[in-house]
Amino acid sequence: MLLNICLYLLVLSNFLLLGTSRVAQMTKYTALQGFLLAALLFDFGHSVLTVAVLVIKGLVLPGLLWHTLAKMPKDSLICPHRLVALDVIAGMAGLAFAIWLDARLGSDLTFNLFPKLFLPLGLTTLFCGLILIIGRVKAITQVIGYLAAENGIFLLGMPLMTQGTTWFELALLLDVFVAVFVMGIAINRISDSFASMDVDRFRSLRD
Amino acid sequence: MTMSLFLTALGLFAAFALLVTIPALLRPSKQSAHLANLLGLVGTLSGSLTGLCALFLTPVASQASFQAPFGLPFGSFTLVLDGLSRLFLFPVFGLGLFCAIQGFLSLRHERPSQHNLGSHWLFYLLLLLGLGLVLSARDIVLFLVAWEIMSLAPFFLIDFNDGDSRVRDASWVYLVAAHLGAVALLAFFVLFWQLTGATAWQAVQKLTLSESSRSLLFLLALLGFGAKAGLAPMHIWLPEAHPAAPSHVSALLSGAMINAGLYGIIRTVSLLTCNGRPPEWWGWLILAAGLCTALMGILKALAQSNVKRLLAYSSVENMGIMTMGLGCALIGQSLGNGWMAIAGLCACLMHMLNHACFKGLLFLAAGEVLHATGTVNMAQLGGLAKKMPFLAACFAVGCAAIACLPPFNGFAGELVLALALLDGSSLAATEHQLLLLLSFAALCAISGLALALYAKAYGLVFLGQPRSGFAENVPQKSWQHFWPISVLALGCLLMGLLAAFVFSLTCESVSSLWPLQTLTGYAKAKASLLDSLTKAGAIFVFLLAATLAVYGLRKRVLHKRGIRFMPTWACGYQGGNARIQYTDASFSEPLARILGPLMGQNVSQSQDKAIFPQSGQLLVKAPDRLRRKVYGPLFSGIETLCNALKIFQHGKIHLYILYILVTVVGLLIWGLV
Repeated sequence: MLLNICLYLLVLSNFLLLGTSRVAQMTKYTALQGFLLAALLFDFGHSVLTVAVLVIKGLVLPGLLWHTLAKMPKDSLICPHRLVALDVIAGMAGLAFAIWLDARLGSDLTFNLFPKLFLPLGLTTLFCGLILIIGRVKAITQVIGYLAAENGIFLLGMPLMTQGTTWFELALLLDVFVAVFVMGIAINRISDSFASMDVDRFRSLRD
Repeated sequence: MTMSLFLTALGLFAAFALLVTIPALLRPSKQSAHLANLLGLVGTLSGSLTGLCALFLTPVASQASFQAPFGLPFGSFTLVLDGLSRLFLFPVFGLGLFCAIQGFLSLRHERPSQHNLGSHWLFYLLLLLGLGLVLSARDIVLFLVAWEIMSLAPFFLIDFNDGDSRVRDASWVYLVAAHLGAVALLAFFVLFWQLTGATAWQAVQKLTLSESSRSLLFLLALLGFGAKAGLAPMHIWLPEAHPAAPSHVSALLSGAMINAGLYGIIRTVSLLTCNGRPPEWWGWLILAAGLCTALMGILKALAQSNVKRLLAYSSVENMGIMTMGLGCALIGQSLGNGWMAIAGLCACLMHMLNHACFKGLLFLAAGEVLHATGTVNMAQLGGLAKKMPFLAACFAVGCAAIACLPPFNGFAGELVLALALLDGSSLAATEHQLLLLLSFAALCAISGLALALYAKAYGLVFLGQPRSGFAENVPQKSWQHFWPISVLALGCLLMGLLAAFVFSLTCESVSSLWPLQTLTGYAKAKASLLDSLTKAGAIFVFLLAATLAVYGLRKRVLHKRGIRFMPTWACGYQGGNARIQYTDASFSEPLARILGPLMGQNVSQSQDKAIFPQSGQLLVKAPDRLRRKVYGPLFSGIETLCNALKIFQHGKIHLYILYILVTVVGLLIWGLV
């Protein structure tokens, strides 16, 4: 029961992420995804990982993002509206593709390895993250997209976890943490040095 | 014994190439430049002399081989010295030696801050090493590695005066041309590997390949090796690179390196035909390619005003003549005519040796002219024979040799080729007879044009009055500066007098390679040609002796009489000056009237239209139209096409991620549907 509720909420959170144009709002949804992942882990019975994910994905990473946001000029935190609609449509296409993929991959793989709806959901989250990276032009939304994509990968890995792989997953979490940390610093530096935070304009840096 | 000496020579080149990097890396100073110059000379001398010993100690037809672990997962380090390899190695070691000495003499005065002599000698030694390996490698992987060493080294050698943008341009043209040829070669070797399944050259002998794959291999080899040899229309790098390079490098490139292209063609053809006669069209194709190259080369050469550019085009022409010989040999082989086969092949190889000798001489002499006057533009030279009589005499010998005048060596080579083509009349089909006789006529025309060309070159540079200050203030130089050139001049004379020996040398060297002995008339042809050349040599010795005797008699008779020297035409018009002399344009003008479009000459004339005209201007230029009208648009078209692809490379990183996503999704769909 908890599993299914969490999965539905995750799909919702994905579309909320795609559907909002405010970066502050997106940060909150990222935190929501972290909590949902922790709940899923709790349902699978990984107690250590539950705590770790709750702390890192639910509190620390959104906190870091929030911290970065607070330092940035307020007018740079809203994405253009026309892109938002396009992103939601693309996300739906991603969901459809993931369901189609799940059907094509056949019953063997899906039933033996993944609980029902797990594979399409993981893939959808992954696609939504990538769509965020592609579709949004602010540097900070790229970090959020990266986090969402990582959540998707984490979801796909979850059913494969056994007790022995806990340390492996913890190491992955640390990796993500460091990556976001570095990106946060980079964004701070960029916003200090350049007037714009649009990744579109980064190309003027190429040789 | 031979092989160990040869390996020692290659080892010496490699060792001194390593040694010479030390002064190359040092801070530029007079001492480091001197050390580099000395090390380069010693390395080349020791290596080349050892190599020459290896070649001379054993008969030319004997075979020696060497194998060593290679260290690569495919291919093997196999070196074999057989007749053909030895024959092509003679110019490498011989010319390498003399060019190094002349280079040493002329590089002594270079400023160390301007040129890094260490790196120059490094690439000089690498070129010799690469050439040695190319000519002896019997494994396609090793061959390609050696080929690349040999192709890359000249790029740095040509770029010696890299302060000049034209020199940089020339070296890039060379590099692009060399690698376009290498692309064809790579295709050739990949196909070779695929067909034979082995990397040894000899592997192809054991197989019976289908006609079409043999022909494809042949065409690829002709393209790849032809670019190195400078066959038209792939010759465009020669007239750019030779004027730009230092003269001793031009001499080595022209006399030894472009031969590697010819060597590749001969080696490939000999391997592909050892199991049966070649298709007839191979021979006709090579003959036609050679003929076109030779005609184009000589006509373009006639239109040049830069001596070194003229010599470069002349190299193209001579390479064409050698290729004609090979084509004639192949036609003879496929039609079963022993005379044409042996005479054509020997003519090709004799001309290769001769060309190395006289072209080396001419380039080195042109280099000395450049060194003394500061220019090789014929419009500014003239009258150098009075200032440098010894150099003028050597240059005259080179000119006579390359223009096929007896008793010098050029005559012997082209005589054998002419005899080969003339035997076309003994073939059965009338169209064959006609084509070969037409080729003979074309060869005669080429020889005649060559005579005109070198009359122009020698006359404008050494005779008459100095046309500018460049030619007037020339420092006197004794013969000691020119002795390497004089040795080459002596070589031209001796190879002409001993043409029979050179002929038998080439004949023996290919006897093991090519199954020509089975052809009808082979033995008779060989004996008869040998006999003719011996008789010709005897007549030349007699004539030479008679000339010397008459000259001695004249000197003796005039010994006690006073001789007065007067200006030319002293008895006639007295107002002559340097400006009323023939110029290079006026020399080629009569020919340009008939063959102007073929020579690619641009004449622009501007005259004062007033009743009493003040001044006028006449400009005659002969740019390479092939480069401007074919290669230029071709490469700029490719550039435009590549630039069009930049719409995908826009610098927007998030769109790059989109490409990745689309690719992954596409692959997933493709895999699952």
